[in-house]
Amino acid sequence: MTGISARFRGTVGRFALDVAFEAPARGVTALFGPSGCGKTTVLRCVAGLQHLPDGHLTVGGAVWQDGRRSQPTHARPIGFVFQDASLFPHLSVRANLTYGQSRAARQGAAEVVRFDEVVALLGLEPLLDRSPLRLSGGERQRVAIGRALLSRPGLLLMDEPLSALDRFSKDEILPYLEALHGLSIPVLYVSHDVAEVERLADHLVLLDQGRVIAAGPLEQLQADPALPLARLPEAGVVLHATVTDHDPDYGLTTLAFDGGVLVVPGRLGEAGTPRRARIAAADVSLTRQPPRESSILNCLPARIDGSGPRDGVMIEVVLGLGREGRGERLLARITRRSWDALGLAVGDAVYAQVKSVALLNRSP
Amino acid sequence: MVDWQPIWLTLKLAAVTTVILLIIGTPIAWWLARSTAWWKEGVAAVVALPLVLPPTVLGFYLLLALGPYGPGGWLAGLWGERSLAFTFSGLVIGSVLYSMPFVIQPIRNAFQAIGDRPLEVAATLRASPLDAFLTVALPLARPGFLTGAVLAFAHTVGEFGVVLMIGGNIPGETKVLSVAIFDHVEALEWERAHVLAGGMLVFSFTVILIMMTLERRMGRARA
Repeated sequence: MTGISARFRGTVGRFALDVAFEAPARGVTALFGPSGCGKTTVLRCVAGLQHLPDGHLTVGGAVWQDGRRSQPTHARPIGFVFQDASLFPHLSVRANLTYGQSRAARQGAAEVVRFDEVVALLGLEPLLDRSPLRLSGGERQRVAIGRALLSRPGLLLMDEPLSALDRFSKDEILPYLEALHGLSIPVLYVSHDVAEVERLADHLVLLDQGRVIAAGPLEQLQADPALPLARLPEAGVVLHATVTDHDPDYGLTTLAFDGGVLVVPGRLGEAGTPRRARIAAADVSLTRQPPRESSILNCLPARIDGSGPRDGVMIEVVLGLGREGRGERLLARITRRSWDALGLAVGDAVYAQVKSVALLNRSP
Repeated sequence: MVDWQPIWLTLKLAAVTTVILLIIGTPIAWWLARSTAWWKEGVAAVVALPLVLPPTVLGFYLLLALGPYGPGGWLAGLWGERSLAFTFSGLVIGSVLYSMPFVIQPIRNAFQAIGDRPLEVAATLRASPLDAFLTVALPLARPGFLTGAVLAFAHTVGEFGVVLMIGGNIPGETKVLSVAIFDHVEALEWERAHVLAGGMLVFSFTVILIMMTLERRMGRARA
């Protein structure tokens, strides 16, 4: 199946939008950018809630919009999760969940997930007969996600589904969103929160002022020093790793990825469990020689692949992991003084000392 | 002692008027709530006109319109009558126009209060615009419909000026409660006037009480 191919051009109010991007048919693609960059407008155009006459959209080979000819929203096989859950207040949770389900079934759409699967996946059983007015923010958003899934979507659209929630509700919902990876529905996910994107997205479309500035796999864009992501204070990369070993004596788990291994504290599941490990650029230091006596567990051989601008105080260094530097990318943030003192240059072999690894709680 | 005929006639007039108003008022209120046409407020002003127009003025123009030389006369000619003035049908037409703002305003407000979002949500859940209107907009606007219906009914029960202008005083055909009270007072039949007026007082109080209770209960259900 082919993925999503979108192009929208026009003005909404006084805002000029001119975007074109492709997204794969599987996994989560995040539309990411600062507030007011047009990401929500793009999502609304994909849903058909907003219509820009100069636009073209195909999803899975089907043309949803070709200029002025456009399928109305109710004829598009989408599921849409709004920022605020927007549940129907006059219907029970159960009736909210089945609203789209029954209509999609009548139109002959193929079932994506069964009702009881959705209820189990999102933990909705105790809420079914309640009124949406009596739910917490997190519960409401879970129902909204379930409602969208049950409308048998071929594409799931999510407009900052966590931004209206407090810290606790966010943590409550994130595992459910991660579980969406297990379903074979492509997801377009709008967000301005890097942490959220790193946890959920596989693919990224970076937007700024109504334009696409880059698009590609998450880890590739994270490690591109030319993009604003690498210049964020919290810049870092996500490594797609797999559990290979556990040392019960010290309580350490070994994770393997393309280009090296990481040792991290804790028990992280059986061998073969996929995990997302995040390494912040500020937690990586570089040495020429492997340190012999150090408390740091992870010291990865790598090669310098490139760097950001070398005229400030700090420099973002892109590393290719592995002795030949052909593995995954890592980002290190070091001072310009260190760069000069070590005499570093692109192509040099170095050791990356990783002070800490954050595990993004990909549910095993 | 109690003259039931005007009471029965009044209730019939109010019920028919309310039903007709709900049927024609709903699409107008929906259009007023959702349209972006620049001339929309002009239409809204026409609909609201009876609020400020003296009933006798409305009644005068209606008399001309319903009479033998107006469109009402032409319409009545279709079933062999001369005029719609001084008939029950004429009264219904007059009441519908006179009570229109009391139905349309609350329903329009209710539709506007819903906003775009629930309808957008319905569309993303595969509901066609008509489906969304019936299953989302109507139920959510229910308090507006209740208020509109009660106001239209009560307002029609109490109307006097318009009735007198276009209906006159034909027993069993156009002699409604308010006209009957006026008649009794003119004829110095104070006791009979007392019975009807007292009944109206109780009726009006009950209507207001029910409406306030309903509104409070719905407000609580939504909070």
